[in-house]
Amino acid sequence: MRNTTALVATALSLAIAAPATAQDSTDPIRITTHDWTGQIVNATILAEVLKEAGYNTELVQADYIAQFAGLKTGDLTVGVEIWETTGREAMDEAVASGDVINMGEGGMTAVEEWWYPAYMEERCPGLPDWEALNACASEFSTPETAPFGRYLGGPVTWGGFDDERVEALGMDFEVVHAGTDAALFAELESAYQRQAPIVLWLYSPHWAPAKYEGSFVEFPPYSAECYNDPSVGINPNAAYDCGKPTGPIWKVAWAGIDEKWPGAAEIIREYTLTNDEMGALVSSIDLDGVSVEDAAAGWMSANEATWQAWIN
Amino acid sequence: MSLTSDTPLRLAPVNAWWRKPWLFWLALFVATWAFSTYSFALYKAFDARWIVRFPAALQLPTESWVSEALRWLVEDASFGLFTVRDLTRAISAAIEAPYTVVRSALATGFMDGQGSAANQIAPELSWIAVTVVMVALGRYAKDCGLALLVGACFVYLAVFGQWDSAMITLASVLIAVPLGAVGGLALGILAFRVPVVDRALRPLLDLMQTVPVFAYLVPILFLFGFGPVAALVATIIYAMPPMVRVTILALRGVPEEIVEAGRMVGCTRRQLMWKVLVPSATPTLMVGVNQVIMLTLNMVIIASMIGAGGLGFDVLSALRRLDIGGGIEAGLAIVVMAVALDRLSQAFARRAPTVLADPGQSYVKRHPWLITVLAVVVATYLAGLVMPGLRDYPESATLTTSAFWERAMEYVNVNYFDTFEAIKTTVLTYLLLPIKKFFTGIPWAWGIIAIGLAAWKIGGWRLGLMAVLMSGFIAFSGLWDKAMTTVYLCGASVLIAYVIGVPLGIWAGTNDRANAVLGTIVDTLQTLPSFVYLIPVVMLFRVGDFSAMIAVVLYALAPAVRYAAHGIRSIDPQMIEAGLVSGCTRRQLLWRIKLPLAAPEMLLGLNQTIMLALSMLVITALVGTRDLGQEVYIALTAANTGQGIVAGLSVAFIAIIADRIVSALAKRSEARLRAGA
Repeated sequence: MRNTTALVATALSLAIAAPATAQDSTDPIRITTHDWTGQIVNATILAEVLKEAGYNTELVQADYIAQFAGLKTGDLTVGVEIWETTGREAMDEAVASGDVINMGEGGMTAVEEWWYPAYMEERCPGLPDWEALNACASEFSTPETAPFGRYLGGPVTWGGFDDERVEALGMDFEVVHAGTDAALFAELESAYQRQAPIVLWLYSPHWAPAKYEGSFVEFPPYSAECYNDPSVGINPNAAYDCGKPTGPIWKVAWAGIDEKWPGAAEIIREYTLTNDEMGALVSSIDLDGVSVEDAAAGWMSANEATWQAWIN
Repeated sequence: MSLTSDTPLRLAPVNAWWRKPWLFWLALFVATWAFSTYSFALYKAFDARWIVRFPAALQLPTESWVSEALRWLVEDASFGLFTVRDLTRAISAAIEAPYTVVRSALATGFMDGQGSAANQIAPELSWIAVTVVMVALGRYAKDCGLALLVGACFVYLAVFGQWDSAMITLASVLIAVPLGAVGGLALGILAFRVPVVDRALRPLLDLMQTVPVFAYLVPILFLFGFGPVAALVATIIYAMPPMVRVTILALRGVPEEIVEAGRMVGCTRRQLMWKVLVPSATPTLMVGVNQVIMLTLNMVIIASMIGAGGLGFDVLSALRRLDIGGGIEAGLAIVVMAVALDRLSQAFARRAPTVLADPGQSYVKRHPWLITVLAVVVATYLAGLVMPGLRDYPESATLTTSAFWERAMEYVNVNYFDTFEAIKTTVLTYLLLPIKKFFTGIPWAWGIIAIGLAAWKIGGWRLGLMAVLMSGFIAFSGLWDKAMTTVYLCGASVLIAYVIGVPLGIWAGTNDRANAVLGTIVDTLQTLPSFVYLIPVVMLFRVGDFSAMIAVVLYALAPAVRYAAHGIRSIDPQMIEAGLVSGCTRRQLLWRIKLPLAAPEMLLGLNQTIMLALSMLVITALVGTRDLGQEVYIALTAANTGQGIVAGLSVAFIAIIADRIVSALAKRSEARLRAGA
């Protein structure tokens, strides 16, 4: 009985969607998946929504940055997560070429900042304030950085101005750059197992802030002036004397999408997920062992009204 | 200056002190050391910043030249009727067709249509059928022992839940290896016949092997389209050069008598090539095929980044989840596949011609194996249509060791971290940092002169000039500092790999059991993707040069061990006999006879160790080194093709200079041996 209702529902949604797809191509819309869970489930949900609207979709594994080469030529169609913080340069370059278009914000906000595990609060009273962190910098020192504390920054390619920040705020820390985020989390896992001191760059939405107990350090709040104008902020002679900006996560697509799949392009532009939804999805997959497909299907059945609105 | 090629024996009577080679090397080292130590003081004393930093005004815009040239090639270049891109896309389609067939048969099943609208019209082969075919191949190529080994390898893939990914990887190997082998053979034959092609091809092969793949990934994606085919093309570019080299060597190595005999019976040029030369060179040619297989499997990770999927993708995504066990299992699946394919190809290379069965019998009787295997394939395929367990290995019967690795790692980390930290600090303070200071302190101008002088002294003025031009290119592209960091990291790692590897190799060369064990370890280290052990290494040694060094040493150890063992083994037993007769102790036997005789071979090993160390640069960038590898990586993330290729070329130039210098040394040491004999 439930099966029949589901069938009828699908048939109905197909019937509704049919006019929209009439001028759309039946070629598969190729959505890229990268090597982290959040992005894969995000892409899977978008694929499910498009399928509900009667489109042919295909998930294609592609490197986060290398995908732009495919998006420019139309070999790939949609990328669902381009982080303002890590993918901006590549995205700008691709959009400037005219072959890739920005499909708007994906609904989530990327937060990235210095992060410490909860057990450090005992050794370093006054956290999460950055001045308290600085006061116990020696707790974080290692043979290579002594007498300075060691801060593990993100890969050089992420930018983030941590070297400048340490200088501008007069912090007793040395910035060590990890080459990839896997190295970041490997160090965190190692320190967490030993309850050893560590302060490093983390970001959310991600499984790490859910798995490990801890908090982001509070720096003076970010403003554009703080980054551009040395006179603004605590240090009158230096820029970057404040925390990091938060940024949206963008969706991008091959420029030909509006012509080939006009209806789908509209749905993709409307499609969004929030940080909380993503956090719940990622924890259920990475920490509770639910498969990506099941998590995506669960989201689809719980949010039918939401995606129906995008389709119509 | 023919002085440089003189043997020391002939040099000896000339007493002029300035001609003594050790004095030249001492002077060069002292000068370099002095410049390295006092470069900063010199800069302050003369207020000449150009001494320590390459002046920006002199920097050549090599990056934008390369970017422009590539943009033209990818977007505008045309043969009149069609563009370069049309051509490469046509090639792409030609490769894709057979690839799709193989992949459908092994992994996905045959599909009608594309994407989510596709329907499966026929399922893939059963895992039992694939395993049986491989086992039968093992039996056919050699014996039941090999059949058992290959069978065990494929059963591992099924039991540890790696089957689906492994079949996708196998499909790309089955396409890339024949293309790489046949292409390499064709180019090799062409170079063998036409000397001009040979000369033009040599530097090109060097570049194909030493420019990191990341450097040219983006143009490849544009030209060949995003997906498995681009990955196959990148794989073939990387895996083909050894085949070309081996082909040239093998054809030249065919004994003159055989060629003569061919001529005397009146062979045409074509017959001489295909009926005489190629068959007699086949055993050596198979060594090349074997290299193509190994290098293809080395590329699995990078290929998975651009849409090839398979085991490489599993390793990467395990890494992102910090799932050490998952990474090890997927990584070992790559090793297992490499072992199976390697042993099979070697067995085929050595296979003795079989006695033909009596043609009077029926076809079925003459080919009992073939018929049995075919019967199993068909039977399991049909049975698989009704019983899914026969087609896909049941998921409930798979094993995983993930939890074990997780706990083991945690135990080591919690209990021994401090010990590791102490070792690390010692090595850093007394070895790495002094070497780093020395290399990064060398002012660019003196660096170019010094490398030129060294190359000239070892290999003559041509080599000297080439070294000056190549290191000049690096300096004028503004990459001197990063290049020196590269030289320091690779230099230190090669030193350590060599110091560990050569004694092990000598041991393996004199002891059969040691040889078997070490051989297996070295094979595993070389085919296990370094991404797999990167996480444990970072957990124990943190991000930094030391972790990078460990990764490089583990990977580059293989040739040091192999060549040393091979060198010791190929010593003429009569020489050792002579040593024993004249009353050598074991120590004297090793130091006076074995080592000098094995020296040329060991130098070749050094050469390969350097090459492998340089090819690990992109990996070291992942643990945060600030060298040329990082430059290539940054260029990739910023979509700056020119920057990537210029940095990639710099890596290649360092490799080529090192290669030529070490080869010249090997040649001299061989000449010395011959002069001595």
